[in-house]
Amino acid sequence: MVKQFLQGIRHGIPIGLGYISVAFTFGMMAVSEGLSIGQAVLISMTNVTSAGQFAGLDLMLAGGSMIEMALTQLTINLRYALMSLSLSQKMDESMNSLRRMIFAFVNTDEVFAVASGQPGTVGKNYLFGLILTPYLGWALGTLMGAAAGSLLPVMVRNALGIAIYGMFLAIFIPPAKKLKSVRVVVAISAILSCVMRYTPYLNQISGGFVIILCAVSASALGAWLFPVREVEQE
Amino acid sequence: MTTARFMAYVAVMALVTYLIRMLPLVVFKKKITSRFIRSFLFYVPYAVLGAMTLPDILYSTGNTLTAVAGFGVALVLSWKEKPLLVVALSACAAVLVLQLILNALGMA
Repeated sequence: MVKQFLQGIRHGIPIGLGYISVAFTFGMMAVSEGLSIGQAVLISMTNVTSAGQFAGLDLMLAGGSMIEMALTQLTINLRYALMSLSLSQKMDESMNSLRRMIFAFVNTDEVFAVASGQPGTVGKNYLFGLILTPYLGWALGTLMGAAAGSLLPVMVRNALGIAIYGMFLAIFIPPAKKLKSVRVVVAISAILSCVMRYTPYLNQISGGFVIILCAVSASALGAWLFPVREVEQE
Repeated sequence: MTTARFMAYVAVMALVTYLIRMLPLVVFKKKITSRFIRSFLFYVPYAVLGAMTLPDILYSTGNTLTAVAGFGVALVLSWKEKPLLVVALSACAAVLVLQLILNALGMA
């Protein structure tokens, strides 16, 4: 039990490190555009989402309406619904409704990715260990960036920027090595994402929607070409 | 911006984001039985990761050259199935070292 909790914490550390650098940038930007340190930290501690917060900050400074704010967040963050749906099938019975409601608060891209990469089902000890460091890193990074934008040398901040992607690779390369189906799905999704980034007009689509479009089409194709047997899902 | 308006913005942002994350987790507590949907959901994490990693990793360090180096290191180490933290920190270290070299050579 304690072992699973500690393993969750261990897996959360690289996420937390990556978050410090992203949240640092958010904190710095928020304060330079006129929010107080407390306000910047409050946004991070209640939202825990990168793209959504940056967009939200822009919108509140521009004096947008509440409806606009709600629709912007919905568009950018709808991808989380797909992730939560996928993760809902991987949780064991220790994750009752109340625990799911608490966990949902910190179900970020990276937390979802790491939890999904675990063999078999995941339970409360692992999941609550997992979200601890990312949440603290997100709050602390915002505070540091807001309080002292020049605290961390740019070079170190730049280097930390790749931490999250290194972690993503560590999650999907090993299964892609073993399963042809996963290889195909990852490749299709990555190629689609590049195409959408570099094609005129398509590159106007918001990042959150790009992920949904790529993931839904690649996964649907994968499910059609390579239906999974129950054993393989363990 | 008044404090009241700021708080309203934050409340709207937080509530919308939270509901998107929470509802599917709580609504779909039972096992979905359709083989197609189960297969689809099995592939979703990998597809999401593929789309989030490329091409964004190339822009993650503010310098394409150091990003490619970090990408290469992460690729080799994850192929060798090293732990998450090892892969992530080695990629950071590779970026930092290359950046220091480039700076010393006056190339960046």
